[in-house]
Amino acid sequence: MNTLNPAVEEFETSIADVDRAEVKVDVKGLNFYYGKSHSLKNVTIPFARNKATALIGPSGCGKSTLLRTLNRMYALYPGQRAEGEIVLDGENILGSRVDLARLRARVGMVFQKPTPFPMSIYDNVAFGVRLYENLGKADMDARVEESLHRAALWDEVKDKLSSPGLGLSGGQQQRLCVARGVAVRPEVLLLDEPTSALDPISSAKLEETVMQLKADHTIIIVTHNLGQAARVSDYTGFMYLGELVEFGATDAVFTRPATKRTSDYITGRFG
Amino acid sequence: MTETAIPDAAPVRRRSAPRGALIGQVFEGLCFGAATLLLAALGGIIVSLVIGGWPALSKFGVGFLFSAAWNPVTDVYGAAGPIVGTLITAALALLLALPIAGGVAFFLTELCPARLRRPIGTAVELLAGIPSIVYGMWGLFVFAPLFARFIQLPLMSAAKPGSLLETLTTGIPNGSGILPASIILAIMILPFMAATLRELLLTVPAAVRESAYGLGATTAEVVLSVTLPYVRQGAIGAVMLGLGRALGETMAVTFIIGNSHTFPKSLFDSGSTIASTIANEFTEATSPIHTAALISLGLVLFLITFAVLGLARLLLRQQGAKL
Repeated sequence: MNTLNPAVEEFETSIADVDRAEVKVDVKGLNFYYGKSHSLKNVTIPFARNKATALIGPSGCGKSTLLRTLNRMYALYPGQRAEGEIVLDGENILGSRVDLARLRARVGMVFQKPTPFPMSIYDNVAFGVRLYENLGKADMDARVEESLHRAALWDEVKDKLSSPGLGLSGGQQQRLCVARGVAVRPEVLLLDEPTSALDPISSAKLEETVMQLKADHTIIIVTHNLGQAARVSDYTGFMYLGELVEFGATDAVFTRPATKRTSDYITGRFG
Repeated sequence: MTETAIPDAAPVRRRSAPRGALIGQVFEGLCFGAATLLLAALGGIIVSLVIGGWPALSKFGVGFLFSAAWNPVTDVYGAAGPIVGTLITAALALLLALPIAGGVAFFLTELCPARLRRPIGTAVELLAGIPSIVYGMWGLFVFAPLFARFIQLPLMSAAKPGSLLETLTTGIPNGSGILPASIILAIMILPFMAATLRELLLTVPAAVRESAYGLGATTAEVVLSVTLPYVRQGAIGAVMLGLGRALGETMAVTFIIGNSHTFPKSLFDSGSTIASTIANEFTEATSPIHTAALISLGLVLFLITFAVLGLARLLLRQQGAKL
């Protein structure tokens, strides 16, 4: 068996570098199983408050799986289970008594492909807000506008809020999904390859959006675009075959990778 | 051993036409022929219905549609009774079946434990495959007595004189009539609609469902505000197909509707549908005008079904424009 554990020791120091008081989500000894296949192996990684952490690695390394444990999206599917600890503000969210709907309102998610709901642009953004808050018309209008601003979409849709969300272009749809995600004011925002289906201009806009969102949200972004990881993130975790191979400040990981695998990956030698 | 044969890359000398050209022409011709045949059959059926029904249509005129007099003895025929019976039973059946079909479909796609999914899904499909005459017999011999005893009689005794309930529940408490027929129809179209709705719900992309769950929505909120609207186009189609089946269903209804040509006055009154009238009387129609009247009924049923399908198309187009 190909064990990567020696590498773990090398970056334990970098995990310690993250200020304990500033850890928003603390993943400790996480194992994940799809039926019998063991797809996350003893992953320990801190996510710092109001910072962006990028998860990089070749396809199938477990990045998206890790992301899907953080809002327990996997719980929708029988046969998938997680063991270990994920502590969000002091509470282990893997516990059996966690209210999943409430958890997911706190930990928002944007997917690889745009997923607008079959309703108007306005209703798309208001959808999640209506689930938990009872806002009057004026307050809701303000929230929708604010959210669309934050997703850098307001100027493009302000005159057609009542037209269907599915009528927007792909890049606009994805920013609509970001607006929908931030409208509920989640504490953590999970982004699963949010720009992989977008053209370069839309990608750039979305990256700008992510940079701005860091002010109020803890961002965790899975990406195959290493440049994007370098641009938007403060911390980077490199995963391989279900293990976290390296973790540290993004600058350090990209300029002085501690393991050969990481340096091979970021220089494009494999993956 | 050491030499590997390298394919000769010289251009192939081709015949003037590719080998597939003749096959292609034959294929196109056959497809065109098949499609034309279908159109011809449709046109032929309409024309022959009109010709066959003409004696009755010309004799009674538009009144054929609006008169409730149906009397083979005096040879006076009006189709209003069967037409109304058809529309009411089909509409009631749809009303009863749709919520249950939706519930079954949502249960199977969102809530059902994985190991029950297949058995229940298969059971639904098997129900859809039961021949209608079996439903009819079951309706008459099993369902009707139970219905009379446990629903009809209690309702009738509970109804205050002069109330709306009394108006709706008058009739002979023998378990046959408009409402029992509608219930049997509902049971018949339910599995078909449930199976179709389930297939539709399975087409909703996982990421869309997960997005809704990801905002903190509960299963009910996800289903009602996201997945159902997502498939509404197909759902309208499924409902209309179910309605089409209910409109045309013959045997099951004939068994239990009571077969009276009067205008149904209450939910328990016996009535008839177009299909049940035709099935009941065709062998006994001795006078040419009686036969013509029955053929005209067939034409009317055809037009109603046609209108339902047309309406479905229209709704689909509108919904399509909204998306």
